[in-house]
Amino acid sequence: MAEKIVVGYDGSESSHRALTFAADRARAIGATLVIAHVLEWSPYSFLTPTELEERHKRRSDELARAESALIAPVVKDLAGSGLSIETELKYGHIAETLCKIASEHQASQVVIGRTGHSNMASRLFGSVAGSLAQIAPAPVTIVP
Amino acid sequence: MTTHFIRQTGFAGAALLASALAAAPAFAQEAAAETAAMTLDERVNHVFANSTGWFVNLIFSNFPGTTFPWIVGWLVVAATIFTVYFGFIQFRAFGHAIALVKGDYSDPNDAGEVSHFQALATALSGTVGLGNIAGVAVAVGVGGPGATFWMILAGLLGMASKFTECTLGVKYRNEYADGTVSGGPMYYMTKGFAERGLPGGKILAVLFAIFCILGSLGGGNMFQSNQAHAQLVNVFGEFPGWITGLVFAGVVFAVIVGGIKSIANVTEKIVPFMGVLYVGTALIIIFMNYDMIGTAFRQIWMGAFTWDGAVGGAIGALIQGFRRAAFSNEAGVGSAAIAHSAVRTKEPITEGFVSLLEPFIDTVVICTMTAVVIIITGQLVTDPATGLFVLNEAGTAIKTVDGSGGVGLTSAAFSSAFDWFRYVLAIAVILFAFSTMISWSYYGLKAWTFLFGEGRTKELAYKIMFCTFVVIGAAANLGPVIDFSDAAIFAMAVVNIIALYLLMPIVKREMHSYLSRLKSGEIKKFQ
Repeated sequence: MAEKIVVGYDGSESSHRALTFAADRARAIGATLVIAHVLEWSPYSFLTPTELEERHKRRSDELARAESALIAPVVKDLAGSGLSIETELKYGHIAETLCKIASEHQASQVVIGRTGHSNMASRLFGSVAGSLAQIAPAPVTIVP
Repeated sequence: MTTHFIRQTGFAGAALLASALAAAPAFAQEAAAETAAMTLDERVNHVFANSTGWFVNLIFSNFPGTTFPWIVGWLVVAATIFTVYFGFIQFRAFGHAIALVKGDYSDPNDAGEVSHFQALATALSGTVGLGNIAGVAVAVGVGGPGATFWMILAGLLGMASKFTECTLGVKYRNEYADGTVSGGPMYYMTKGFAERGLPGGKILAVLFAIFCILGSLGGGNMFQSNQAHAQLVNVFGEFPGWITGLVFAGVVFAVIVGGIKSIANVTEKIVPFMGVLYVGTALIIIFMNYDMIGTAFRQIWMGAFTWDGAVGGAIGALIQGFRRAAFSNEAGVGSAAIAHSAVRTKEPITEGFVSLLEPFIDTVVICTMTAVVIIITGQLVTDPATGLFVLNEAGTAIKTVDGSGGVGLTSAAFSSAFDWFRYVLAIAVILFAFSTMISWSYYGLKAWTFLFGEGRTKELAYKIMFCTFVVIGAAANLGPVIDFSDAAIFAMAVVNIIALYLLMPIVKREMHSYLSRLKSGEIKKFQ
């Protein structure tokens, strides 16, 4: 089985750089590229009754939007390069879900972009890249 | 605050006024002059008490020859029957319910859908409210500490009622093509009855919907704004109720009509925090008075079975305890079935298990905390010679140290330990009141659209009516408001419980099937 590289992609500029970097790596070692997008979600958040009622519909809408606006364009861009590509679209805690995806694919590497800020919030609660580096099942590359 | 806690006195006054108005023209003129001289608040109160009296009298009439309201018996008998019929499911499934809420049995591929935790939290934010703070104070203030015992018992039994109605709520919900869901007693009455070939489902559903709309305007609305105003007066001094009413109505309007989600979202996030702070503070106060814990529980135990000088003795304690517990946790009322029905699950029974935690958290934990704090801080005046409670001048409630009742009594009890807590409590009361109103506006709207169909104008009509009642509730006196609130909510329970009796074999079948698959290992944990 070919090696796999999981790259976290959310449409931001740094995630674009991460994607380019990961695509280059994958091409160099002949690995499959797994493009993963995680929608932030906690089953322990609080919702109003109206939000509960509409949740199933919203979820379908959100998944469809992520697929068409984020995943489809980059897959199309990379389609011509001959690279083998898989995609993952999941709900959950971002770092934890990326780890789960990496484990499921038995990925040899995880690549993620760095947001570049070091504001108060990320100092207090940690950043996605930071927590990912601590808990990932495979080596992590953080692309600045 | 008024001392109109006992229904009979409130009504006697209202009936007297009404008959005086009808009887002689001279009187009528006098009364008209009197009405003209009334303030806006008084006028609202006057009209309100007169127009709702008959309904309240019907719901709270006693068993012939006794002073025991038939509705209280109705609720307790139902909860007991469900408890026995499902083999004490509230104790057997308690651990499994917690595992479900933690997400141990949730399919990770369903992430992003409504979780058991979210359905429970939303339903709880509709029930944890002023019933837990003000209602309990009324129960203990009138029925004495013994009311606490009956309240806890009613909470434990009520878990089985909630289990039954929420399972049915999920099983018979409507799932529409666009992915939204609608559930509740209206749907299990129509679809469930049809499935079992029973007649009358439609009639019950319509009756339930009418009572649900009244309940959404009463306990889910007016009682909330009324007691929120009482708490504000308690902190800031006297000012007219309609001011609080207008501000509240404005904010509720912004959320339910204007669709300003941010306000609701902020509330939904602060309410659980307030709940934890409330219980935490209560525990601290209880431990600060640790030498009194034994005495307090002896008072609760003794008062439940013996005459302690409280209004109506042990029977009074029982009536008050059951009545306030039912009002607080809404078990058997059918409202929770609406809130719980949005959960994502393949097994309706799992939501039933989760929902039985609701009366436990609401009544057995939070209500008990309020009651114990009031008792332990010595708010209720006893006669030093006999050890019996002393009644207030009107004889309608136990005399309290500062003469307060309802939310004022809870506030006095908490502030006797921490003076600043009255401010925290004021914020908590306002937030609880607000989140309960948001939930009930949704329940009422579901009943409204069930009756009249969906549509922007129809929904707007209901929402505007809802906001109007916020103002009325804040301006009216506690007595008539609390009576009407209780009556409307209990009327829902009358209809709902009939349906639960007829549909409970379906729940039992689901329960047996699920529990045997759980035991055989067919239903597995994901984590």
